[in-house]
Amino acid sequence: MISNQIEPTDTAQRAANAMRVKIVGAGVAGLTCAHAFARRGANVTIVERRAGSGQGCSWYAGGMLAPWCERESAEPIIAELGLESLAYWREAVPDVPLEGSLVLAPPRDLPDLRRFARRTANFEWVDGARIGELEPDLDGRFDQGLFFPSEAHLEPRKALAALTRRLVDEYHVAFDFEADGFDEEDGQAGQADGADLVVDCRGLAARDVLADLRGVKGEMLVLYSSEIALRRPVRMLHPRIPVYIVPRGDGHFMIGATSIENDERGRVTGRSMLELLGAVYALHPAFGEAEIVEIGADVRPAFPDNLPRLRRRGNTLYVNGLYRHGFLAAPALARRAAEVAFDGAHFPEVMDEDHREW
Amino acid sequence: MDAMTNKTTMDMADPVAFYGTEVASRLLLGTAQYPSPAILAEAIRASGTEIVTVSLRRESGVAKSGQSFWQLIRDLGVRVLPNTAGCKTVKEAVTTAEMARELFGTPWVKLEVIGEDDTLQPDVFGLVEAARLLTRDGFQVFPYTTEDLVVAEKLISAGCEVLMPWGAPIGSGRGLNNPYGLRSLRAHFPGIPLVVDAGVGLPSHAAAAMEMGYDAVLLNTAVAKAGDPVRMAHAFARAIAAGREAVIADPMEVRDMAAPSTPVMGRALLGS
Repeated sequence: MISNQIEPTDTAQRAANAMRVKIVGAGVAGLTCAHAFARRGANVTIVERRAGSGQGCSWYAGGMLAPWCERESAEPIIAELGLESLAYWREAVPDVPLEGSLVLAPPRDLPDLRRFARRTANFEWVDGARIGELEPDLDGRFDQGLFFPSEAHLEPRKALAALTRRLVDEYHVAFDFEADGFDEEDGQAGQADGADLVVDCRGLAARDVLADLRGVKGEMLVLYSSEIALRRPVRMLHPRIPVYIVPRGDGHFMIGATSIENDERGRVTGRSMLELLGAVYALHPAFGEAEIVEIGADVRPAFPDNLPRLRRRGNTLYVNGLYRHGFLAAPALARRAAEVAFDGAHFPEVMDEDHREW
Repeated sequence: MDAMTNKTTMDMADPVAFYGTEVASRLLLGTAQYPSPAILAEAIRASGTEIVTVSLRRESGVAKSGQSFWQLIRDLGVRVLPNTAGCKTVKEAVTTAEMARELFGTPWVKLEVIGEDDTLQPDVFGLVEAARLLTRDGFQVFPYTTEDLVVAEKLISAGCEVLMPWGAPIGSGRGLNNPYGLRSLRAHFPGIPLVVDAGVGLPSHAAAAMEMGYDAVLLNTAVAKAGDPVRMAHAFARAIAAGREAVIADPMEVRDMAAPSTPVMGRALLGS
């Protein structure tokens, strides 16, 4: 899937002629862009206002690489980007198990399961026995479900740490953490500092220049239980919020995520926790005894159609609007961003400049 | 209903008034659960709706952090009917209504006081009390209620000038669960604008409500969760217009025996 790959063992002459790229923001968009540009031979610097990479809303991501499941609520382009990204992550970082995804519903919400099946593809209907084979701890708890065998998942924090190391070790990408000058208040992302191209991956902070960005809040929690093991992400359907449980290894489970139309960071409400915990308790009562390790909330950057965008203005390329699909869409978007910069390529599916219809 | 039967041409304006505000579209649309705000906007345009409901309880957060979504709604140029969805107590509903008035600058509020989690059935006791408090405070209340006549009487005594009985539980898509109850409510309150709110799943359900003489239909999930919300919004708009037009056209009476539509007298007898 990744085209025109150029290995970093290039000559000094090549390095001298290399495109100098400054990437602003070290979340999943910034890091995958760094990778895409560096492997094309660019000389990449990343500036980030936080103390490390992946500490914005990427920190709270679920890390499901589920292009087929997402088709239930997302446009076909997300599935297309997701397929490419799934292949990318399997190659780029360790520990991306291809265990598939399981979609379940309590008996009263079976119409939602049928609806999910109608909207998606590349799955098989599974009965109670098959569910028990796939996930022994769920044996006897559900009579029907959907199994998407070709999907994968990763641990976002570990994956971005591994990608950061790889960018430094293999591609000599320079990181400038706790850098000033582009926080949300003064919004100065465009200082090129001698770079040929600025790639703005600030997420919602770029709202100062991308006026149609909005925040969509998501809340999550991490549970620890030694009583239950899962091999793959499980989605519990619910009329209001789809809840997913992603195994993180060592008895840890990430539970997400709410989707609320506001842009406040950090505040987690009782109702949201009640809904997330209710769903996970319905999946297995052992979660009732699980330890709450972490609760968190952050804000996803989204355009009005909830689709990601590349926008070029002068020598700045904006990569933004990843919404709920950061890990699912970022690598594919980053590859396109590099082709825009290097080859003058145009990707109408993610580049209809100012698609606002409001 | 006399006013309606006076209409002679099909395209004559046929507005409905809520608290003195006339609107041409008899479809009210909820704004939750759409795949994206862009699709929501398109659905609203396709439906021709002039009133949309907006939920506050959940999205408000602190410091009005839901502003960008609400701004998108305001920019659509439709009337906002803020709702108190998810509120379970009178106090919660009143507080939410007050916040809505401040945010949207409208005295309108769709009042929901939920009494039961599985059916999201209104708590009609809390509803009447909250309606009384809000009306006294200058609100124009659109109460989400059941088809119960006594509750309807009490809501009207509390100052409500619109009633919004459910068709079926919220989000169930079951249509009109109790057609007799809804008909009888219509018959008891001929002068009050009545809106079927909740439970509508298909355009035919909405058309049936309109054919019963309801003034409008409010729905959300049936459009938002359709595979193609924009198309479904358009389908509902057409069904509601059809149902309304049927009422104006004064339908035929139902009878037990066949009544031939072609005269048989004088017909040629074809031999065998």
